[in-house]
Amino acid sequence: MTSIELGHYLTLGGVIFLLGVVGIFLNRKNVIVILMSVELILLAVNINLVAFSIYSNDITGQIFTFFILTVAAAEAAIGLAIIVSYYRNKGSIRVQEINEMKG
Amino acid sequence: MLAHTFFFYFFSIISVGSAIMVITSRNTVHAVFFLILDFISVGCLFIMIGAEFLGMIMLIVYVGAVAVLFLFVVMMLNVAEQKQSWFRGKEKSAHIPVGLIVSIIILAEVLVVVGGWKYKSNFIKTEVLAVDANFTNTHMLGNVLYTQYIHLFQVAGVILLLAMIGAIVLTYTKRQGVKTQSYFTQLSREKKTSIKLVEVDFNKGVKIDD
Repeated sequence: MTSIELGHYLTLGGVIFLLGVVGIFLNRKNVIVILMSVELILLAVNINLVAFSIYSNDITGQIFTFFILTVAAAEAAIGLAIIVSYYRNKGSIRVQEINEMKG
Repeated sequence: MLAHTFFFYFFSIISVGSAIMVITSRNTVHAVFFLILDFISVGCLFIMIGAEFLGMIMLIVYVGAVAVLFLFVVMMLNVAEQKQSWFRGKEKSAHIPVGLIVSIIILAEVLVVVGGWKYKSNFIKTEVLAVDANFTNTHMLGNVLYTQYIHLFQVAGVILLLAMIGAIVLTYTKRQGVKTQSYFTQLSREKKTSIKLVEVDFNKGVKIDD
């Protein structure tokens, strides 16, 4: 068994990031699962920052992980509030039917 | 370092597996369960490599707030048209087995972390992993966060405030025809207008006009 180095953590972060990106394409119907995939992507970024911070002896990476946590929490709250108010107006949160803006 | 290797693979295999389950499970409640498991596994990884405070924050913020918020929304919205029969109030709920599996794995992880906490210095070479062995992780984070990054810290507070106000504004609906207290009327009552002293005749009683 080799010892665990920085590359192992970066690989883990990359795998979770890819799984999050795949999840967005895989669950195009369910907007809640899309939000969860975005949370997975932010989690992968956190893993990368913490691993670099620990292995390069610099606490700054962990500080920035804080701010990513803050932004992730705010994003989840706002996103779920938008979903709730959309559901209250339309009675459905199917992504295919969300086309009022014609974007 | 063998223990470090073992625990790294243990937690990372669980976190990758639960990430796969998040994106592939057909039931949204199961997906939220596995999202919680993923957050807990990564929090355990953080605790193991020496970022203890962030691991704990991970548990509190992600598992305690974000994932439970997801679970609330999934339960509250009737997403029945996506062929998910979990919302019907059946006697035998279909997602109890998955919830049990997830909680058993979480219990095992917590036991591993609590057990490893005591022998942490034996497991991990501190000259490689710990940023500074003289202070704890929380101490160092506080030293930097409240001095060098104080403005970013305050901006983060403003972001949280904005998110709170935004969520309230987005979901607030004014309900019609609801009786509420009028605090002004309530607090501006006086003795003169609200109490009437009446001389009561013997054996007659008082007529209360209402």
